[in-house]
Amino acid sequence: MLRYALLRIARALVTVSLIVSIAFVILRLSGDPAIIILGPEAPPEAFKAFRHAWGLDQPIWVQYLKYFNAIFHGDLGNSMRDGRSALQVVGERIPLTLAITIPALFLKVLIGLPAGVYAALHRNTAIDRLIMTLSVFGFTVPSFVLGLVLAMIFAVKLGWLPSGGSDTWLHAVLPIFTMGMIGAAVIARFTRSAMLEVLGQPYIRTASAKGLVWRDVVVAHALPNAAIPTLTIVGFMVGSLVAGAVVVESVFSWPGVGRLLVTAVANRDLAVVQVILLFVGFTMVLANLIVDLLYGWVDPRLRTKRLQAGT
Amino acid sequence: METQLSIRDLTVDFDQGRQFVRALHGVSLDVAVGETIGVVGESGCGKSITWLAALGLLGKRATLSGSVKLAGTELIGASEKQLSSLRGGKIAMIFQDPSSSLNPVHRIGHQLGESLRLHRGMTGEQASAETMRLLDRVGIANARQRLNEYPHEMSGGMNQRIMIAMALAGEPDILIADEPTTALDATIQAQILDLLRELSSENGMALVLISHDLGVVADMAERVAVMYCGRVIETASTDAIFDNPTHPYTRGLIAALPDLEGPKRRLASIPGTVPPPDQLPPGCSFAPRCTHATPLCDVALPALLPVGPDAGHSVACIHSGPMRVEKSKAPARQSVTAELEPA
Repeated sequence: MLRYALLRIARALVTVSLIVSIAFVILRLSGDPAIIILGPEAPPEAFKAFRHAWGLDQPIWVQYLKYFNAIFHGDLGNSMRDGRSALQVVGERIPLTLAITIPALFLKVLIGLPAGVYAALHRNTAIDRLIMTLSVFGFTVPSFVLGLVLAMIFAVKLGWLPSGGSDTWLHAVLPIFTMGMIGAAVIARFTRSAMLEVLGQPYIRTASAKGLVWRDVVVAHALPNAAIPTLTIVGFMVGSLVAGAVVVESVFSWPGVGRLLVTAVANRDLAVVQVILLFVGFTMVLANLIVDLLYGWVDPRLRTKRLQAGT
Repeated sequence: METQLSIRDLTVDFDQGRQFVRALHGVSLDVAVGETIGVVGESGCGKSITWLAALGLLGKRATLSGSVKLAGTELIGASEKQLSSLRGGKIAMIFQDPSSSLNPVHRIGHQLGESLRLHRGMTGEQASAETMRLLDRVGIANARQRLNEYPHEMSGGMNQRIMIAMALAGEPDILIADEPTTALDATIQAQILDLLRELSSENGMALVLISHDLGVVADMAERVAVMYCGRVIETASTDAIFDNPTHPYTRGLIAALPDLEGPKRRLASIPGTVPPPDQLPPGCSFAPRCTHATPLCDVALPALLPVGPDAGHSVACIHSGPMRVEKSKAPARQSVTAELEPA
């Protein structure tokens, strides 16, 4: 198990350094920030001064090395817009985003898992079809459409909830609900197919044949096996906690990381975009690492098999 | 001999959404106390379904009728609770593919312990001591260490031994072994069969050996039931089946076995294929493949009736004796069967 864990961690570190490098390359490819920030009409001296101030006049590999070095020292540059540390600019938005994505994640899991398990156990009944119809709906309707529809119903027509902003906890309800519903649909679908696959396995028949009542067969033998594929999708959702709300934040004017990303990209605020990219990459890698470690914990086959394949 | 398990007119219909497909057409079989009975037939003939149905393991899509009595207790229509207390207790079952029949995420010791807890109320030290005794009994060395291992860390043969140990944990009166050696190497096959033979004689446990392999059955069973298309078509003592096979299908199966002695010959095969369960002919289901079939066979459903000098030898073929047409099972062809009845 220790070796399995170390191998996963080493792999995660490689991925993180790749993300750091790719973030650098992509942002340098995306146009000259001097022109966008100063405007094309600015005098050439101003361009020169701006580029010098941000180190953009140095050779690209020097910039790359400096960038890598700076990241190692926790220095991610300053926002080109307001001169504050980019880390600080992004950091102050993170709690706001987490304030809606974490409750949404709970909603997704608390609704999606039981719905998927229930649908699988009652396959081809009316309630299974109902759950799966709702799930297809959640799968196919984009979040901004669902968000707008919910806003129209609960804010405009009924006037129960505010349609945008972040002044009170009531403002968080619609964004949380929008993300929660869509995520629950995805989890329900995954869980159902994982359960159906497991319920068809011979070891489920063995468990019944040895005299366990059906409820115990499901709880002790089916659920632990169905958890393995379901973990993947939940892990992916955990990985997108920081940046998974770009669209929903924009729809509901929620001042989180997602909206910051949209404005920073529009303004070519390289340092801020870079910090967000790194944050997103890092949380994704971290979530994947946790999922991998959980896999090893849930599925004993992976602990030994993958190691043999990996060495 | 005292009857341990008695199956009468067992039918199974599967709900296929648009239609019901009948997989078993009234199977009747008895298993005596301590007896070893072989059930043979091609895949899809209903030999596994009979026993899965008897244990109530076919799920909601199957509709059962008829009767299965285990030491006097009716199993068809019994409550889930009643059934689950018998399953793994009085009646245990092991399956074809041992490696996927064990749960991959639980340790061997845990899976065995579950049976001990359910049927003998053992937990903790007592259970692990008994688990080790059982593993030892089925021929697994290093029982203490194996308890903490997972099924994927063992070979198929070892997993089948563990399945057998798990079945023994409930001290069953009858063990149903559904193709227990099909997924295993030939040498391991022989070992597992030996083990089953030993255990059944040691514990006075009846053994139902489901197999498509006549050789295995000849070696193990005292009595054989041959199934075809959801019916028992011949049943007799093992000696009688091999010395005096009466049903053309049984004769075909035996002719298809290679000889160990004598000159080489081309193995005989039965022409044609098994009809799908929703397209069975109205008469004898073997008629389309049978070299002895007459027009009568296409319309008349033969009943399983005693034949020959051996006690307990029954066959379902109208050519094996005087008119042997089953009346009650073919209401649509009543007029035909009535004409056929001997005066």
